[in-house]
Amino acid sequence: MKLQRMNRRALALGALAVSGALALTACGSDDTGGNSSGGDASAAADSNIKCDDAKGQLQASGSSAQKNAIDAWVKQYVAACNGVQINYNPTGSGAGITAFTQGQTAFAGSDSALKPDEIEASKKVCKDGQAIDLPMVGGPIAVGFNVPGVDTLALDAPTLAKIFDSQITNWNDEAIAKLNPDAKLPDLKIQAFHRSDESGTTDNFTKYLKDAAPKDWKYEPGKSWEAKGGQSAQGSSGLAGQVKQTPGAISYFELSYAKDGIKTVDIKTQAAEPVKATVDNATAAIGAAKVVGTGKDLALELDYTPAADGAYPIVLVTYEIVCDKGNKAETLPATKSFLNYIASEDGQGLLKDAGYAPMPTEIITKVRETISGLS
Amino acid sequence: MDITTDPQKPAAAPVPHQPPGKDGKRAARGATRPGDRIFLGLSRGSGILVLAIMAAIAAFLSYRAWLAISEDEANFFTSFEWNPSGIPPEFGIAVLVFGTVVSSVIAMAIAVPVSVGIALFITHYAPRKLGGAIAYVIDLLAAVPSIVYGLWGALFLVPHMDGLFGWLDEYLGWTGIFEWSGGAPRSLLTVGILLAIMILPIITNVSREVFRQVPRMHEEAALALGATRWEVIRMSVIPFGRSGIISASMLGLGRALGETMAVAMVLSPTFDINASLLDPGGGTFAQNIASKFNEATVMGRDALIASGLVLFVITLLVNGGARMIIARRKEYSGANA
Repeated sequence: MKLQRMNRRALALGALAVSGALALTACGSDDTGGNSSGGDASAAADSNIKCDDAKGQLQASGSSAQKNAIDAWVKQYVAACNGVQINYNPTGSGAGITAFTQGQTAFAGSDSALKPDEIEASKKVCKDGQAIDLPMVGGPIAVGFNVPGVDTLALDAPTLAKIFDSQITNWNDEAIAKLNPDAKLPDLKIQAFHRSDESGTTDNFTKYLKDAAPKDWKYEPGKSWEAKGGQSAQGSSGLAGQVKQTPGAISYFELSYAKDGIKTVDIKTQAAEPVKATVDNATAAIGAAKVVGTGKDLALELDYTPAADGAYPIVLVTYEIVCDKGNKAETLPATKSFLNYIASEDGQGLLKDAGYAPMPTEIITKVRETISGLS
Repeated sequence: MDITTDPQKPAAAPVPHQPPGKDGKRAARGATRPGDRIFLGLSRGSGILVLAIMAAIAAFLSYRAWLAISEDEANFFTSFEWNPSGIPPEFGIAVLVFGTVVSSVIAMAIAVPVSVGIALFITHYAPRKLGGAIAYVIDLLAAVPSIVYGLWGALFLVPHMDGLFGWLDEYLGWTGIFEWSGGAPRSLLTVGILLAIMILPIITNVSREVFRQVPRMHEEAALALGATRWEVIRMSVIPFGRSGIISASMLGLGRALGETMAVAMVLSPTFDINASLLDPGGGTFAQNIASKFNEATVMGRDALIASGLVLFVITLLVNGGARMIIARRKEYSGANA
């Protein structure tokens, strides 16, 4: 009996360890570095997370792009504030905003700013107020490629646009060779993969193409892929999997999916050197963004053609969406306290380990001010 | 005396037919006992409930579909566009009809002959033990969830299709249907092959049961006339089982038409039609709904519901057609003998 019980406990411990490991790998933290700093944060968090009088259940849903970031935050936050439970359901941005404007959730996550009709719809649930965008998580969209014998590849926006529009179809094309004089480019068909499902990643990637290469990209940016031709697969993990197994493939996905030896393209901007897809370089580019939201809304307009050195132009920003006034009384304290935490230095500091880019100081300061004024 | 113990009698025969007298009266009263009335109410209620649920679903779907289609700026049936959240919204199902029908036809073309062959082998050729083993394996194949087929298809089948695609391109490329531009083989042909494997168990199992029903007399008569084994199958088994094979194929086709996850994982859907089955082109209804639903706006969701309705109608038509064929064939088959 005793032995059995011991075994069971050991099993439970094992299961915990496995699921913990899974959660960590899901965050995209590459090694023990992420693990230990996470631990430190939780130790320090006890003093820094202000629970105030937050309690109860917090329902939220939306963008799957920020799922890993929210998971990391929730883990820390719930450990500090025992009375609060937070469920974030990665249903996709569209469904998340719909759930929010129907009053089902306390906040929504979205990878694009609210549209005017969505703001209008939010006035039903926000008494005397409206829904606002709070930029919280940034991330580089990496362009992964699989070309045998080529380790580093630099491309600029017009070339990328032509590749994804099936105008450049072979890796030994002159346009690519010109940007990569040192690379041994093989005679290999280019297989450009895009998302077959609707996605904020596609939205941001096509916004970049349209903005940085308007002559070569004739399609309207959007969540569904407009260009003809090319291959497609479902989800970022589907794209990453195809790049890994298909020689000649090129595709786009969040940086955290570019692991297991997937190489990413350096983007040639106006800067002297092609820019690598890294978290820091993404933060540098988001720093050039302008706030275009009115009132308390902090919707950003990203600059897809940054001239600064080390600013990676293909970035995506996800927002948390709440009411500026008229949040539900029972969830307001918990919402405010959780948002305060994720906008704090500790909260933003966690992002890097999860493969996301923290918001630049200037923007996050405004976010903090706005959160303190929520009612 | 026995009348009261037979539940069918009172319901089948109206009261006036009961012989008068004590027993008759008791029988008549028996028909309206509380238990009978409750049971009648429950079963009638269940029947009505099913109809009501179906009507509610149909009404809801038609209403939402109408909301979307009335806003559609492109032709819903012929447009090669899927942009329901655009301004103005434009979407059409032409590509989805093409992809759904083509992939299902490929699947049927492969699966039906193979399944009938397996079923015949199990029932008429294989030793009893071997037949049982094969039937068991086929049953296992039916129990694999479609997402697992999808994983297998995307990670194993697709990378191993290059050889077949190259061969088809070299020898049959001139037809245009089997032209291959060298892209990853995530095309309708690959999907058709995967679907064929998925619907194989259903068709095999149903055909096998039908072939088992062939009257021994028919086969023995054929044998007595000096028929070979193949001739027995051709003259007595296949004609007897024809309507059964058709029903089995329809069950399989139903699954092929509606298959979602496996297709979504294997196909490279595009919103244009390609004559070649080896290059990406087309998508299927169910795959399109699964892919677009998560991020869909209200309008987008209604458009997807509209496409779902079309799939529903196609399935109805196919099933109706199959029933007509079966009904017509019945007279010629041995089913009525």
